[in-house]
Amino acid sequence: MTGQAVIEARDLNLVFHTNDGPVHALKDVNLTVEKGDFVSFIGPSGCGKTTFLRVMAALEQPTGGTITVNGMTPDEARRKRAYGYVFQAAGLYPWRTIAKNIKLPLEIMGYSKADQNARVEAVLKLVDLEGFGGKYPWQLSGGMQQRASIARALAFDADILLMDEPFGALDEIVRDHLNEQLLALWARTGKTIGFVTHSIPEAVYLSTKIVVMSPRPGRIADVIESPLPRERPLEIRDTPEFIEIAHRVREGLRAGHSYDE
Amino acid sequence: MKSVLAVLTVVAAIVAIWYAACAPMNIKGVLTELERGGAQVVPEGAPTRRDMSAIGLVVANSFAIPATWAQERPRLPAPHQVAVELWQTTVMKKITSKRSLIFHGWVTLSATLLGFAIGTGLGVVLAVGIVHSRVMDMSVMPWAIVSQTIPIIALAPMIIVVLYSIGVQGMLPKAIISAYLSFFPVVVGMVKGLRSPDHMQLDLLRTYNASASQGFWKLRLPSSMPYLFASLKIGIAASLVGAIVGELPTGAVSGLGARLLAGSYYGQTVQIWSALFAAGLLAAILVGILGVIERITLKRMGMA
Repeated sequence: MTGQAVIEARDLNLVFHTNDGPVHALKDVNLTVEKGDFVSFIGPSGCGKTTFLRVMAALEQPTGGTITVNGMTPDEARRKRAYGYVFQAAGLYPWRTIAKNIKLPLEIMGYSKADQNARVEAVLKLVDLEGFGGKYPWQLSGGMQQRASIARALAFDADILLMDEPFGALDEIVRDHLNEQLLALWARTGKTIGFVTHSIPEAVYLSTKIVVMSPRPGRIADVIESPLPRERPLEIRDTPEFIEIAHRVREGLRAGHSYDE
Repeated sequence: MKSVLAVLTVVAAIVAIWYAACAPMNIKGVLTELERGGAQVVPEGAPTRRDMSAIGLVVANSFAIPATWAQERPRLPAPHQVAVELWQTTVMKKITSKRSLIFHGWVTLSATLLGFAIGTGLGVVLAVGIVHSRVMDMSVMPWAIVSQTIPIIALAPMIIVVLYSIGVQGMLPKAIISAYLSFFPVVVGMVKGLRSPDHMQLDLLRTYNASASQGFWKLRLPSSMPYLFASLKIGIAASLVGAIVGELPTGAVSGLGARLLAGSYYGQTVQIWSALFAAGLLAAILVGILGVIERITLKRMGMA
């Protein structure tokens, strides 16, 4: 693997000071994400996977160590609008149509009207929502809303996509479908994707790199480079390779975390 | 249809209680008049009856009950008396007449609307300041709360006197008292509304590197609309109260407040009650209009 490092974390630490004393959310995290990688962060709740993603997005400030995004500090990257962020909830504005929701970041970033319209059309096609631009969020299903929120994150030219359990609230069937679409989208756009999940099959199916994390303190337990090809039909989940990776992820999770605590 | 029935039932009950209450309230006056006219009442002599129980007198003189609903200056006018007065002073009078309730209502309404506009504007501006500035949050909010603990009836004359001494009179002092009452619900509602977007929404804007003013216009203000309308409905009713109270201490000659005051000076209870009903009706119409605007707006915004 020789590529350009997009995200590079060195000895990253983050301690939250709460009323119950300090919480070590991230401890000595080292990770390099290369351009075009699809990286999944998996682990039980409290392992710091979301916190790590938020640090990349400059939504949290690390208390120690260094992290660079596109060679800049996360905050510089944020100001340069280097990444699109997708939250667990779609968070579409109910008073805006789908097209107007996708235009939200474009309006904020000062794109021209014509450019806005062209981009909306393009990303709606990308997430398979052509013809839904004029609809309001409440007229769409949960899965479609989440796709619209992905389109919103893709609308501007960020080459990094950070996704925090984007399909966590959806049922398994919709989720399979969206996973397939996400892979296709990743193949077409060549973006670098950071993806937080707590589903092992989802992580293995999607990723080129799986980061297994464990809690108290939040740390990386294992980093698995997936040998699966980039082209992945859903049936790949029944192959021995897939099952072996899933097994290794499960082992990593078990080693890092005792459920008897 | 069901709700109409429920409302009518409640109205019928109130009217029934009202008629029933008229009898003991007015019985002493009625008996005095009847006795003066030569009728036989029990017991005789107004001084004897003065300290007696009114209900006892009603029972002893049940023939006089219809007369308690038809006095010229009753202590408590009967519903139909108020209704007749309302009809005569609205529909039957030219609106330019000094006795027209529409005329007086308009005088009060114009001050109410001006005060409501000032109060709403002030309330929104203060709320924006409070949400965006910690200093304002700490300094303005306590004073806004304190301002509402002072009885307006004590403050109104002072506002009017002070403004009069600098040459401001007429509608504006009343409007200012209206604004004083109506800005508060708007401040409270808008502060809550502007703070209603959750962390995720604010984080999303942060990832776009949006400025505070973009966040305000694109997220906070639209999110606050349901809260704003709830506040406006309280605010407009408070405005009307403010305008009426503003008319009381000045000896104003026009306005619903002036009608109330004149009625109480001259013992014209029917006039007081009809002015009260006019004020109530006006408030109901104003709140109703805001309710309709609220429904249309929120529906269009997909928030209803």
